[in-house]
Amino acid sequence: MATFTLPKNSTVQPGQVYKAEAGAKNVRSFKIYRWDPDTGDNPRMDTYEIDLDKCGPMVLDALIKIKNEVDTTLTFRRSCREGICGSCSMNIDGLNTLACLKPIEDVQGDVRINPLPHMPVVKDLVPDLSQLYAQLRSIEPWLKADTAAPPDEERRQSKEERAKLDGLWECILCFCCSTACPSYWWNGDRYLGPAVLLQAYRWIADSRDEYQGERLDNLQDPFRLYRCHTIMNCARTCPKGLNPAAAIGEIKTLLVERDR
Amino acid sequence: MAHNPDAREALMIGTRTDGSTVRRPLSPHLQVYDMLQMSSLTSIMHRITGSIWSVGMIFFVWWLSAAAAGPEAYATVQWFFGGFIGLIMLFGLSAVVWYHTLNGVRHLVWDAGYGYDIPTTYRTGWATAIATAVMTVVTWIVAIIAWAS
Repeated sequence: MATFTLPKNSTVQPGQVYKAEAGAKNVRSFKIYRWDPDTGDNPRMDTYEIDLDKCGPMVLDALIKIKNEVDTTLTFRRSCREGICGSCSMNIDGLNTLACLKPIEDVQGDVRINPLPHMPVVKDLVPDLSQLYAQLRSIEPWLKADTAAPPDEERRQSKEERAKLDGLWECILCFCCSTACPSYWWNGDRYLGPAVLLQAYRWIADSRDEYQGERLDNLQDPFRLYRCHTIMNCARTCPKGLNPAAAIGEIKTLLVERDR
Repeated sequence: MAHNPDAREALMIGTRTDGSTVRRPLSPHLQVYDMLQMSSLTSIMHRITGSIWSVGMIFFVWWLSAAAAGPEAYATVQWFFGGFIGLIMLFGLSAVVWYHTLNGVRHLVWDAGYGYDIPTTYRTGWATAIATAVMTVVTWIVAIIAWAS
């Protein structure tokens, strides 16, 4: 059931302000969501004033600078800093994206940073992704075939068959799309969401996979697939420029064609 | 809903450093997300206009049943819809019906498998908004001409 407001323990309070050092000329405020499980207090928005003349260009650079130089308790996930690991996905300036790929100069005014929306918060900008990983497991994201692989070579694909996977294999599972989807916010307990459905289609579209029928059976469900209402927030927000909505459309088309 | 618990509820329980449990907050969603982008705005507008259209049909049924009931009842309805509030309602309803119809076509095209890329989505979104305005005005020009003659 959709609840449009936040629970009492989740409403965000004003937080501390960390002033920029004296003499800083190019100052930007970063308003960052903080929640510490050890205090039991409500989440708060802390403000960090950062001298951009002494900071790298990306939002992740600012977060690392804050953690190194201002407030070591700030907690966030990061790893590759080049948009391939998917760790630093968060809500920046009202849209989900990867902090490492988001230039600070693309944001007008204060840089507002929140965890991925409508998720349980582990600490600060770290959400609990267990539900998404469990849903990913449910679509069995691996090659399923009864035919034995050729003994002396890999399973072959034509160039055309391989091309069908373009726009699908590039997904890094940052879950920006799923947590941008209002339908996933309200029905994420049973709706699989754009990221997992894009992965489902990645295996349905694979010419080497022999379980397309079973995969489609699993998705023919009012919630798992059909809670997608083509809102398109997923494609709008994907930091890799992929289009989960189009992949979901392909699955729906296959289901219609199969049952005709 | 107690009889249909949300599976995500279990994930709302976290642990503190000392091992005791704590109720985790839910991260902000509508409160922080940019809902005025073309994608979610046209979608929620589709729902809202669909709901208003459904409610508006009650007035249509009122009009039909009044026409069946007799000249006096019919005159009352005509008086209501000829008044300021009635006309505003009809104007709003016409815009609502046009938006829902035109955006419905947009959804049909998506369901047929076309127009998913973001530039196209934005173009069709703007086209729906502009066409709604144009068709609403055209509807009323036609209505006023028909009324006057």
